[in-house]
Amino acid sequence: MNGSNGPRPEQRVPLEAMRRFDPKRLWALVLKESLQAMRDPSTLLIAFVLPVVLLFLFAYAVSLDVRAVRIGVVQESQSASAHSLAAAFAGTRYLNVTFVHDRREVADRVVSGSLRGFVVIPQDFEQRLANRGVQPLVQIITDGSQPNTANYVTNYAQGVVQTWRGGLGVEAPQAGVTLEPRYWFNAELESRRSLVPGAIAIVMTIIGTMLTALVVAREWERGTMEAVLSTPASVVEILIGKLLPYFALGMLSTLGATALAVFVFDVPLRGSLAALLLLSATFMVPALGQGLLISSVTRNQFLAAQIALFSGFLPAFMLSGFLYEIDAMPAPIRAITWLIPARYFVSSLKTIFLAGDIWAVFVPNLLAMAGIGILFFLLAKRATRKNLE
Amino acid sequence: MPGKPPARTSKAVDVASGSTTSDPLRDTDSEVAVVIDGVSKHFGSVHALQSLNAHIRYGCLTGLVGPDGAGKTTLMRILTGLLAPNSGQATVAGFDVVDDNDAIHVATGYMPQRFGLYEDLSVMENMRLYAQLRGMDADRNADLFAELLDFTRLAPFTERLAGKLSGGMKQKLGLACALMARPAVLLLDEPGVGVDPVSRQDLWRMVQALTDEGMAVVWSTAYLDEAERCDSVLLLNEGQLAYDGPPGELTARLTNRSFRLEQVGDQRRAVLAEALDLESVSDGVIQGAGVRMVLRADTGSEQITALAGRVDAQLRAVPARFEDAFIDLLGGGPGGTSALAEGLSPVELASDVAVSCRDLTKRFGDFTATDNVSFEVRKGEIFGLLGPNGAGKSTTFKMLCGLLKPTSGEAQVVGLDLRRATGAAKGQLGYMAQKFSLYGLLSVRQNLEFSAGVYGLKGAARQARIEEMIDIFGLQPWLSAAPDSLPLGYKQRLALACAVMHRPPVLFLDEPTSGVDPITRREFWTHINGLARKGVTVMVTTHFMDEAEYCDRVAMLYRARLIALDTPDALKRGAVSDHQPDPTMEDAFIHLVEAEDLADEARSGATV
Amino acid sequence: MAQHNSYFAFTRLRAQFIKEVLSILRDPRSRMVVFAPPLLQLLVFAFAATLEVRNVDIAVHNQDTGRWSYELITRLDRADFITRVYRVTDSQELRDLIDQGKVIAALDIQPDFSRAIAAGDNGRIQVLIDGRRSNSGQITASYLSTIAAEVGAEANAGTGPTTPAAVRNWFNPNLTYRWFIVPGLSGILAFFSALLITSLSIARERELGTFDQLLVSPTSTPEIIVSKSLPALVIGTMLGLLMMAAAAGPFQIPFNGSFGLLFVSLVLFILSVVGIGLMISAISATQQQAILGAFAIGVPAVLMSGFATPVENMPTMLQWLAQAIPLTHFLIIVEGSFLKAMSPGDILASLWPLALIALVSLTMATIFVRGRLQ
Repeated sequence: MNGSNGPRPEQRVPLEAMRRFDPKRLWALVLKESLQAMRDPSTLLIAFVLPVVLLFLFAYAVSLDVRAVRIGVVQESQSASAHSLAAAFAGTRYLNVTFVHDRREVADRVVSGSLRGFVVIPQDFEQRLANRGVQPLVQIITDGSQPNTANYVTNYAQGVVQTWRGGLGVEAPQAGVTLEPRYWFNAELESRRSLVPGAIAIVMTIIGTMLTALVVAREWERGTMEAVLSTPASVVEILIGKLLPYFALGMLSTLGATALAVFVFDVPLRGSLAALLLLSATFMVPALGQGLLISSVTRNQFLAAQIALFSGFLPAFMLSGFLYEIDAMPAPIRAITWLIPARYFVSSLKTIFLAGDIWAVFVPNLLAMAGIGILFFLLAKRATRKNLE
Repeated sequence: MPGKPPARTSKAVDVASGSTTSDPLRDTDSEVAVVIDGVSKHFGSVHALQSLNAHIRYGCLTGLVGPDGAGKTTLMRILTGLLAPNSGQATVAGFDVVDDNDAIHVATGYMPQRFGLYEDLSVMENMRLYAQLRGMDADRNADLFAELLDFTRLAPFTERLAGKLSGGMKQKLGLACALMARPAVLLLDEPGVGVDPVSRQDLWRMVQALTDEGMAVVWSTAYLDEAERCDSVLLLNEGQLAYDGPPGELTARLTNRSFRLEQVGDQRRAVLAEALDLESVSDGVIQGAGVRMVLRADTGSEQITALAGRVDAQLRAVPARFEDAFIDLLGGGPGGTSALAEGLSPVELASDVAVSCRDLTKRFGDFTATDNVSFEVRKGEIFGLLGPNGAGKSTTFKMLCGLLKPTSGEAQVVGLDLRRATGAAKGQLGYMAQKFSLYGLLSVRQNLEFSAGVYGLKGAARQARIEEMIDIFGLQPWLSAAPDSLPLGYKQRLALACAVMHRPPVLFLDEPTSGVDPITRREFWTHINGLARKGVTVMVTTHFMDEAEYCDRVAMLYRARLIALDTPDALKRGAVSDHQPDPTMEDAFIHLVEAEDLADEARSGATV
Repeated sequence: MAQHNSYFAFTRLRAQFIKEVLSILRDPRSRMVVFAPPLLQLLVFAFAATLEVRNVDIAVHNQDTGRWSYELITRLDRADFITRVYRVTDSQELRDLIDQGKVIAALDIQPDFSRAIAAGDNGRIQVLIDGRRSNSGQITASYLSTIAAEVGAEANAGTGPTTPAAVRNWFNPNLTYRWFIVPGLSGILAFFSALLITSLSIARERELGTFDQLLVSPTSTPEIIVSKSLPALVIGTMLGLLMMAAAAGPFQIPFNGSFGLLFVSLVLFILSVVGIGLMISAISATQQQAILGAFAIGVPAVLMSGFATPVENMPTMLQWLAQAIPLTHFLIIVEGSFLKAMSPGDILASLWPLALIALVSLTMATIFVRGRLQ
């Protein structure tokens, strides 16, 4: 080591250690962070258990496909055709029908929520049928407090009546317009297929933003940041060293979630794995950047958690187009969604899983995610200057 | 033994004028490690440092001392490039702390007060991390690692998680991490806090070896026996340099002003209180059965001679210590009367035994933290619980106040097992936790109100008691501040105020003064002495051996067992040997530990 | 020393209650974070969360030159839910627009379209729909068929109505989605606030070391639980009330139920959430674990509560599990009270599970805190 006779400063200080970027130092930081992450049960819970639970819920619990809606059919008319129509209702697999003779019997059950609506076959049903379309044949009452279900009830009930009437063969052929819908990418129209890919974006937001915000805030709170800042490691090294393990964790989680989606939940992956990885990696940039920014500004776990929840997770859930259509939102809110990285990722994910590699979709999304990510990082670096002031 | 290093001649820094007349880069250039030139730093309206000038040399251990809030940590942070000074310049190892910030981080090793060990990483993983951060290849430096592990005596614990180490081991590990890649300048911010005498000895040995190699070491401390061992000290007070030079030179100003009243016995607390209230006495402490006093400058010893006559004790002149000089420089210690105790009526307890434990044992898995410990604490006694870090003090302490369930045996306070006790019984206890656990999100006044309420004080009595505490502890200016923004000394006062507000007959204090400056410590003991004289029983753990001297009796725990239980004087007498005719409490502590180690070896030798 | 009742003493409770409230609200930053984001979220999400279809673009490849295709496209141009109709000239372009997600649906009108209608036959149109947006796609398809039916009706001027049924939507005649979403959101946002506040409360004290201090004081475990529950209960209830006031006021959602019952339900609901939060807090060693634990419980709970999609769409097993989630029951009550004028009997049917969950979770929390002392 050094001699004791006071050599010149340049002899005492190994200046080669001053290089601004040193992969070995970075590696040491990455290793440390990984060990810490692996030893905390809560990290593992969030990175591996929660994604499985969420995907499972999106695959099975969160379903927009209405099956067996409970409705009532009020048979006020006892005629043969009324019975025939009632039988048509009984025969559909999408409706779970309760038959009654008095509408008062079902009205209360709509209020209590045990029925989502009812169809009234009126006393003068025969007469209306004979009159041919002067009056509507039946009345449909729905529970408007659940608008989506109400729509389904209306559509299915109308469909049943129409098919039943068509089957009577009493009407002369008419001129008309027939739409022949074909659902691309998701011919069976399972909402699971569009929800599960979007759920991957939610999982990555949780790992990228939420977890990162917490672990960096913890480092400030426990004072370990001061010790690391006093070593030759540069701010960039410290931040990258902090983020790289969570980047890897996020990518691992994506791969796991993809495997789960494809092999267990029967969602096709029509695009290439390489493109999926590229998209996920790019999405991690703004996700991690946001987490870093939050923690650098708050330096406190409670605040970081609250802000990450309200600025990261909930917007990714509500404003990304994952569950609710962005097009249907009012203009000011659509403007906000441009700032939410998850929106670009959700749209890319749905495309890559269900449609394939469509670069015309990916390229603008990649650029937007990278742009937002860089913005977050620049802000975060400003907030983490290499001193304690 | 780390003997006192050869004193160096003090370099003439003109403190009074504040202007460094000499060129900082003159003949001694090659020796100067740190140049502090007119450095000022303020946070808002608070002036932490005011145009400070000083030099720190290679191969020299420089102590940085001063009361709480003097600016020690701020200076440390400036020297490590973590804070930028508002004006003035500082260079470390030839690099400017602002302009060559990157080089500073290479040239210095820094150990912050709360050292940044990753608690969920093992000892080895922490060391490897810091080695690699300093650009060293951990695999190729196996011998350095071995040397450091040997040096810190951490070799048997390399796989243990840092969070599970005892306080002293943590500090040593922190030092080992700061020492990676042998920095030119090593800055240690209060490395001795919470460290037992044995580990402290290790720390000293390590630092001594480093300065011998030519490293410049800055050691900031609130413990003046530590400062006394430094080659040179910088004494800060209110952001200004009050003294710069070898500690001996400052101590020398105090010749013939230190005295001790020998064998005062049971009256010592009353005598100390009386002595401190004398005009001519600037400072006084209890040392076992004796009372040590320092006279003010330009006063005679008539008053204390008279006092000695009244209590029928022998007055003996003793050599001055650095601590005497420090207190004197800062204008003397506090008076001897505790307003806190004055307002208290004598404590009545049903039994004479306030705290007791019998065959107390606690095992965590196959690790025994407390092994068959039994003792009784009498009413009105100050009872010290000492022992090296990890000896089982905290575990024993927690079992006594009902925070942990013993594996076997029982612990009682005023005849009750607190784990099963009712609220009323728990109200008999005052508790001051390690590191002064206060509610950081509440203001000072809100903390006081909370403590009053949770101990069931209400109405006018509550208000009166809170006002009394504010008054006694001088908390008025801080009432709406957050506890975390308080100087350490005030934090400690607040913690004590919260613990004694409900006037408990039994007081548990867990390392009540760690890191606190000597003047605040004096004040604290004035209150404790006063309370004890009113019959309050005090249970205290400490690493600070001067404090053990205040105790009536001391229990020594080592490796989970009780190895000694006696008065401080008796323990000191036990350590008397040829080369230690007048052992200090610290010597006694080390003697007990070493004797136990020898006995252990003998036992295991016998069984083989 | 005054003698106290061993389990509850008002003075001690009051002191702890004040302490808890202050630790949440004294810091202006955390005051902001507790109140501002939920209200802001309510505003944003109330407009954002909708399963209606609006502002979509569609594409038309018209190979027909006749009157009826012109008629159809004019109607599409005028349709409220469509922003823009792309007119393309070949079917490849049509596919590209769908692929790239620029349009949600594309109509390919065959050359014989008008001729077929003029001949009294059915004019056929192929509609390509983006299945990535499965729900919106279906709704778009149904809107489009309404338009097609109108064109068909015009072609057959004079014949009767094409709809065989008269539809009435109770409680929400225009099926405004916001009427459904806003009362539900007030429950969800209050749920998350209360859960986060309580899950941190014990974990924070443990991490900072003040919990030991509390345990050696005369206070009892039930007191600790009560004092930690109350502030979150008050804040959660206040937030809930504030948001419901916003729903009834600015959002003009009809309130038909009994306010008294809704208030009782809200309090019980928050109390059951507080119990769950305290359970998480009692078993967490650090704040990080508490936050992540709350999150790992909270997010699935919201998903299964019937807010995003109805509980009855779920598999039976999950429907049972959903009964253990306080939010499931509260959503029924809050939707029922706002739009439906639900009867007290119906509300009670959802109220007792809330009370049960609150009782169980608070008891468990007490046991966990006690268990920690060993």
